[in-house]
Amino acid sequence: MPRNETITELGLDEYKYGFVTEDQPVFKAVPGLSEDIVRQISHHKEEPDWMLEFRLKALEVYYSKPMPKWGGDLSKLEDTLDEIYFYLKPQDQMERSWDDVPQEIKDTFEKLGIPEAERKALAGVGAQYESEMVYHSLKEQWEEQGVIFESIEDGLAKHPELFRQYFSTVVPTHDNKFAALNSAVWSGGSFVYIPKGVKVEIPLQAYFRVNAERMGQFERTLIICEEGAEAHYIEGCTAPVYSTDSFHSGVIEIVVKKGARFRYTTIQNWSNNMYNLVTQRALVHEEAKMEWLDGNLGSKLTMKYPSCYLVGERAHGEILSIAYAGDGQHQDTGGKVIHAAPNTTSQITSKSISKGLGRSSYRGLCKVYDGAEGAKSNVECDALLLDETSRTDTYPYIEIDENTASIGHEATVSKVGDEQLFYLMSRGLDEAEAMAMIVRGFIEPVAKELPLEYAIELNRLIELEMEGSVG
Amino acid sequence: MSEPLLSIRGLRAKVDGEDGEILRGVDLDVQRGEVHALMGPNGSGKSTLAKVIAGHPAYEVTAGEILFEGEDVLELEPDERSRAGIFLAFQYPAEIPGVSIANFLRTAVNARLGEGEEMDVFGFQRTLTEKMEMLKMDPGFAARYVNDGFSGGEKKRNEILQMAVLRPALGVLDETDSGLDIDALKIVASGVNRLSEADEALGVLLITHYKRILNYIRPDRVHVMMAGRIAESGGASLADKLEAEGYDWLHRAVAAV
Repeated sequence: MPRNETITELGLDEYKYGFVTEDQPVFKAVPGLSEDIVRQISHHKEEPDWMLEFRLKALEVYYSKPMPKWGGDLSKLEDTLDEIYFYLKPQDQMERSWDDVPQEIKDTFEKLGIPEAERKALAGVGAQYESEMVYHSLKEQWEEQGVIFESIEDGLAKHPELFRQYFSTVVPTHDNKFAALNSAVWSGGSFVYIPKGVKVEIPLQAYFRVNAERMGQFERTLIICEEGAEAHYIEGCTAPVYSTDSFHSGVIEIVVKKGARFRYTTIQNWSNNMYNLVTQRALVHEEAKMEWLDGNLGSKLTMKYPSCYLVGERAHGEILSIAYAGDGQHQDTGGKVIHAAPNTTSQITSKSISKGLGRSSYRGLCKVYDGAEGAKSNVECDALLLDETSRTDTYPYIEIDENTASIGHEATVSKVGDEQLFYLMSRGLDEAEAMAMIVRGFIEPVAKELPLEYAIELNRLIELEMEGSVG
Repeated sequence: MSEPLLSIRGLRAKVDGEDGEILRGVDLDVQRGEVHALMGPNGSGKSTLAKVIAGHPAYEVTAGEILFEGEDVLELEPDERSRAGIFLAFQYPAEIPGVSIANFLRTAVNARLGEGEEMDVFGFQRTLTEKMEMLKMDPGFAARYVNDGFSGGEKKRNEILQMAVLRPALGVLDETDSGLDIDALKIVASGVNRLSEADEALGVLLITHYKRILNYIRPDRVHVMMAGRIAESGGASLADKLEAEGYDWLHRAVAAV
């Protein structure tokens, strides 16, 4: 096996987003969760009564559900949650121009390269800092075509009927303990509406930044993609490195109408003190296509299984997942495809890389309901272990109630072997280069699906040399 | 006579962590521009010798030396040996999924240049296309992932392609002929011959179990390996004798020593 120092040279563990910003929040709730906190959040957002009621009911559901016993180690989470700040309002109002965002927060996003990316290649950008979206903007061209890209709060305030029609219909409160928690304390996230037939050719992006210590971030995103529409939404997330744990629990709901196409890309690069427990689900109607591209590189523990509910005939769902688990990280990721209509098709491709004491688990569900005639699903999961101590597991769940369904499942585990390394080295590549090439080749099927700048970002993580100090 | 390209003296080696030497005192010189065939029965140590020359980490050299252009290479890592000009065409090349041949070879070519230097992309592409034509390879081949799902013949051709692009001073061909049908064998052999013609100083150590490939690549010297040593050396006619009489007479000769 390769030497440890070579693996370190790959720079996989380098984290360059760990810096902290000095700022002055306008409101910070006391740590811990209570009915009071939920009321404060709702009050600060000047919400209609029905939303406060929705939140309070969700809080009850949250309390009533036990902590999950599966997936990652959540035994210390309850203590952590007592210390977490559930709501932290960084500024008075959301801005539509970077010039109006407080300097220190703007600097943070400048460091993360967000305004630059917006100018170059994005249709719209949302930026969340702690609990609130501090910036949201959509290029005029798309606004004119009726595209809505707002903070979730503005979605509720400005488009109450549309909002209420879809909110919590894809991920109901009682779906799981953390969906219930998010329903009670949600804050920030995007509201996206793509009108019938509109094709937004360049991506919309939301960027999530946690800055404070012991912070809890609970964004909620609702996306409606009307008939024949097309769009691509990208989210990125980073946080400073603290010795205490932080918590992120988002809920993403997507409705993809007849013949529409939607792609949701995540590049999750939280610092390694973050619990990341997210529920992402899409309802995919007739002949529509939904793609999740899910990259999990950071966090302490991630439990996330993007789902496609294929409810219309010939709907197609695709989940491409890539996970990297280094020392102290557990990536419990995968995907769920639910075939509830005839001739629906799905593909899950999962790639994980584990190193040191890192652990990556593939957890997936393929369910075919009775009557979903001719449903086809294929699952491929490949794990790459970089050394002798890293660990990987596969938990594929398959439930088929339909005789005519066709299901494929393939799983491989490979180690970076001496023979591969020797082969590349015998052509003149040094050990670190050889290792990087093997890893890059392993993730190539996913990386080639990413927009160029994200593929570069992904590849940056497997660059040969350590860059300067972190943060 | 000038200093040999490759000079092996008293080389002994075993699998790291195991007892029992596989190489038990190998002596071998290859001059610049010469083609040497190394023959011998299965298990005689031919492939081990090839891997030890290239620096495979699974083997431990317990005695002797390998001089390449007069320099001791035993302390060099496999990549350093490669950049110095030693090339091993593998008997069983590893698969590298997700990495295209073009990308792989460009990285290998650039690894031979100085820090920060890169070969011009178009120049590289031209070289690659030309070498692929020489080996009668489909142009689409360069985009395929290294050895991933290749047939035996494709793997061997890919090895010779790499040798043609990397232009080593010494090519060690480990059973490049095994598993090839006659047409593929002719293409590979003519590829090696053209490399020899293009570079008169190129030394080749051709390891083979069968004489067949020697009908197409004419060796200057033939060696026979038995039980970890060179048991017999001679001209091209030695291969004919082995073909006609097998290895038995050598077994007896070695046993008599």
